[in-house]
Amino acid sequence: MPLSDFQPVIGLEVHAQLLTHSKIFCGCSTAFGAEPNHHTCPVCLGLPGVLPVLNQRVVEFAVRTGLALECTVKGTSVWSRKNYFYPDLPKGYQITQYDQPICEWGRLVIDTPAGEKVVRVRRIHMEEDAGKSVHDATASAGQSLVDLNRAGVPLLEIVSEPDLRDSDEAVEYLKSLRDVLMYLGVNDGNLEEGSFRCDANVSVMPKGSTVYGQRCELKNLNSFRFLKQAIEYEVARQVDVLESGGKVLQETRLWDVNKGVTRSMRSKEEAHDYRYFPEPDLPPLHVADALIEETRGALPELPRAKRQRFMSQYGLPAYDAKLLTAERPLADFFEACAPHAPDAKKLSNWFLGELSRLLKEEGTTVSSVRFTPTQLGELLGAVEQGTVSINAAKDVLGEMFRTGAAPANIIASKGLAQVSDVGAVEAVVDEVLAKSASEVEKYRAGKKNLYGFFVGQVMKAMKGKGNPTLVNELLKKKLGD
Amino acid sequence: MALTLEQVRHVATLARLSLTPEEEQRYATQLSAVLDAVAQLQSLDVSQVEPTSHATLASSLLREDVMRPSLPPEKALANAPASVGTCFSVPKILE
Ligand SMILES: [Zn+2]
Repeated sequence: MPLSDFQPVIGLEVHAQLLTHSKIFCGCSTAFGAEPNHHTCPVCLGLPGVLPVLNQRVVEFAVRTGLALECTVKGTSVWSRKNYFYPDLPKGYQITQYDQPICEWGRLVIDTPAGEKVVRVRRIHMEEDAGKSVHDATASAGQSLVDLNRAGVPLLEIVSEPDLRDSDEAVEYLKSLRDVLMYLGVNDGNLEEGSFRCDANVSVMPKGSTVYGQRCELKNLNSFRFLKQAIEYEVARQVDVLESGGKVLQETRLWDVNKGVTRSMRSKEEAHDYRYFPEPDLPPLHVADALIEETRGALPELPRAKRQRFMSQYGLPAYDAKLLTAERPLADFFEACAPHAPDAKKLSNWFLGELSRLLKEEGTTVSSVRFTPTQLGELLGAVEQGTVSINAAKDVLGEMFRTGAAPANIIASKGLAQVSDVGAVEAVVDEVLAKSASEVEKYRAGKKNLYGFFVGQVMKAMKGKGNPTLVNELLKKKLGD
Repeated sequence: MALTLEQVRHVATLARLSLTPEEEQRYATQLSAVLDAVAQLQSLDVSQVEPTSHATLASSLLREDVMRPSLPPEKALANAPASVGTCFSVPKILE
């Protein structure tokens, strides 16, 4: 059977670092980028005689995320120990949740070329992150260096059902999930720094079958592109194995970025026996109904709902709505500006064009913009009324962006105002035509490409400030077109 | 319930213990006795009893999300057999 006769089946496990100030079980900072082992204490170093004390913000974030993904939030959940040995795991076990996680059975709706698709979320649980090994030139051969700053940073693990059917759906799910977590303010969505990580469970089965094949777990997928490439490689690999009469082995495989292949991590196999048991140092966690209801009431509008509202309320195309709502601050600023702008679609063009360009150029976000929504509205109004040309308005926006000065002041001080007075423009047009008698004659005799010459002369005489619509209108009238 | 030598070796590997053949024999006997003792409990009917994961019925105490000072790195590393800069140094991690 060719590749196209097989159906890929994909589920994703996402680890999202929670945006708390302190770690999950101790007061150490969670800030990224500190010198090695500067954010450690007896608790997160796993020294004897200490006890973990749960950070309440971690619970609040887990409940918030669970509700946003339409999960059942459990009144009681239980902490477990997951036992394995690795140098970045100081206690020899990870405190996590196993058979009784805090949230179960939710869903996330994503867009696919075939329409909406519901992806089921099987569970969400809280756990502590491990430290990491440092690659350092000062380490000699036979040595690895360990930094425990990250040990004990709170994570949410969000596990989907194997509902995804190709690499594009997997990418769309991961992007949508990332957008939701960022909207909720629980995660910064940074794949490169590893604060938003993804493993993929991939199997294949003959099309039409209802029995899933043996699955492999793919790791090291720290970009959307790698996720897509790794799934596509792995699906083809598994089909090859089956086609040549082999069996797919259940194993953990690492995506090799340089070679573009997945390869088996044999050392992981035996360690899969984690001997979970209830964490004796932490009693079961009770979440009060009041907290659940309060959190439900405080949930923000989520990206998908906002996108749909932007389309209906502002009459924006899906493309614009998607880009404007990708990040909450941009969407919020758009909504603050909309009542002041003459036209929502034109406002969107300014947001996605010139404003985005300025933000990118300055390497900053919309929260540091210096102008107010009213001022942007004034600028767009000035363009609409012909007081200022679109090109000049871009300069004005740049100045507003840098200084926060009012558009009217910038237009006045830079002399950017467009001349829209009929009498003034007409006088210039008359003068230009009078000076160019021979060109006018040729034009009238049929040399129509001289038109641009007249426009150029008028604009030159007006230092580029003539209202182009008016200039055209008057020129055509005078030339007898 | 007799634990096989194979099972003893598997558990020893997971716990990173290296056992002599005599120890494997001895632990097989001892661990089997422990399992037998636990197995007696299996004869009780607990179908109507809530599972107890903890001896206390207390709920988790929560703390505010407030940062507290960490240890100075030289203290954090004080018990480490080896260190490089402010990193713990361990035998090379394979893979
Ligand atoms: Zn700590």
